[in-house]
Amino acid sequence: MTDQNELYQQVILEHNKKPRNFKKLEKPTHMAEGYNPLCGDHLMVYLNLNKDNTIEDVTFEGDGCAISKASASMMTMTLKGKSVDEANKLFEEFHQLVTGNLNPDKDKNILGKLAIFSNVWHFPARVKCASLCWHTMKGALDKKKSISTE
Amino acid sequence: MNKKNVSQIRKDFPNLHVKVHGKPLVYLDNAATTLKPNVVIDAITNHYKTTTANIHRGVHYLSEKATADFEVTRNKIKALINAKSSAEIIFTRGTTESINLVSNSYGRTFLKKGDEILISEMEHHSNIVPWQMLCQEKGCILRIIPFTDSGELDLNAFTKLLTPKIKFISIVYISNSLGTINPVKTMIARAHQLGIPVLVDAAQAIAHLPIDVQELDCDFLVFSGHKMYGPTGVGVLYGKTELLNKMPPYQGGGDMISSVTFEKTTYNVLPHKFEAGTPNIADVIGLAAAIDYIQKLGWDYIEKHDQELLDYGTKALNKISQLRLIGTAKQKSAVLSFVLPQIHPHDLGTLVDQDGIAIRTGHHCTQPVMKHFGVPATARASFAIYNTKEEIDKLVQSIEKAKKIFK
Ligand SMILES: Cc1ncc(COP(=O)(O)O)c(C=O)c1O
Repeated sequence: MTDQNELYQQVILEHNKKPRNFKKLEKPTHMAEGYNPLCGDHLMVYLNLNKDNTIEDVTFEGDGCAISKASASMMTMTLKGKSVDEANKLFEEFHQLVTGNLNPDKDKNILGKLAIFSNVWHFPARVKCASLCWHTMKGALDKKKSISTE
Repeated sequence: MNKKNVSQIRKDFPNLHVKVHGKPLVYLDNAATTLKPNVVIDAITNHYKTTTANIHRGVHYLSEKATADFEVTRNKIKALINAKSSAEIIFTRGTTESINLVSNSYGRTFLKKGDEILISEMEHHSNIVPWQMLCQEKGCILRIIPFTDSGELDLNAFTKLLTPKIKFISIVYISNSLGTINPVKTMIARAHQLGIPVLVDAAQAIAHLPIDVQELDCDFLVFSGHKMYGPTGVGVLYGKTELLNKMPPYQGGGDMISSVTFEKTTYNVLPHKFEAGTPNIADVIGLAAAIDYIQKLGWDYIEKHDQELLDYGTKALNKISQLRLIGTAKQKSAVLSFVLPQIHPHDLGTLVDQDGIAIRTGHHCTQPVMKHFGVPATARASFAIYNTKEEIDKLVQSIEKAKKIFK
């Protein structure tokens, strides 16, 4: 049996309470809006890329559950200083992780602290909560304005 | 609450006895769909096992038997809502399809540019979107009756909105997200003074209070079988004969015609004019068993039980510090929507689910209601004939536990 405590780990609860990089960027080079019509979760992701395609700054704003907020918070921490290529790779790996197709203990990955979301796939209704920020970030990089999980 | 009664009722619902995450199920999502008693499940199985046939189109034994059973349900619905004639009972897939039938058939025929359609701020999306689509097509204007912060329709605003420009009114009887019981009878009488037809969305009301369409004098009434202990995939449109007669068919096909040549088709009489194609025979037959079940239980029990759970649940939830109830109308059915400042409804939903408790979290297909209260979503516990005070206690304990995790 999967226990709720495996989903709501201290780190996630802590990020929910004090989300990092929870603010608007004034002149972002990239931004997108993400929306999950099913639950009403809504967020903005802002990115500043420098000339050699490195993420200098990344922030988010919005409304959502603990899983979505913690995921966004940890995403911004992870992405700062990464290249666009690395961000795309993390996007892929995170997606595999929360859909149960990547086992962070066995499969090679660069997820680092994000591996804490490995239990999300036991809660199918919550997968989108964890992945909304990543889809939004990817949409911003791909210059899409608005992303919906549906 | 009559204890013996509830425990007897619970025995009739097999789904109540499953375990969820190793805990006994506490099912508090009845506004979404109710569980089904054995008699309904058996009626459906029985039909498939012994009377499978298409209806209205065979002389053989099985077809006649299935047709008769199918029509029995129509008569039972006629009796349940006190319609004048069983021809006024049309089977659909559910509330949503019934509303779409009216907006397409009545709306597209009788409404024109500049006409106004009146709905309320607490409508389910299924009673908003079909009218918006009609407005877009026809150039009609959608007007909205607002509600107060307790979740009651603002009747002064209703009076002001009620002008001869309004050509159709569609309102919810009991709100699925607030629990409010709206004074539809008074509103219908006022609308009729101006000759405006009124549709009542009785999706939530049908299993919670007795409905008499002649007393309400509504022009249309719609509901779904699955919210009244019946199967999914079957619903009802009640309409007054005069109105249904002057409305064109909604869909074309078999059963809805009396003769077809390539030059001309004559439509069948009511109710068949609106029932194109092979209907959901098995589930219509299952619905009859649900109606019998409700009537055997009786409205006295149902209404009393509903109010007891509402009172008990309201008090119990109000004791939880910082919990805010959304929807506190004086006339209410047993629906408790609430929010907690520190826990998002989705997290709460997942946490109480681990204790085997099923509640709904989200916007409940009523986004304008969420907007009114400035919340993205709520948690909602909604009750039925088989729920108990002990189950409410379990919900409260589980919420307290969740609060500790999110302290
Ligand atoms: C008040 C109300 N109206 C309409 C509906 C739509 O019913 P259905 O999905 O069965 O068509 C619902 C169901 O949630 C409801 O609660």
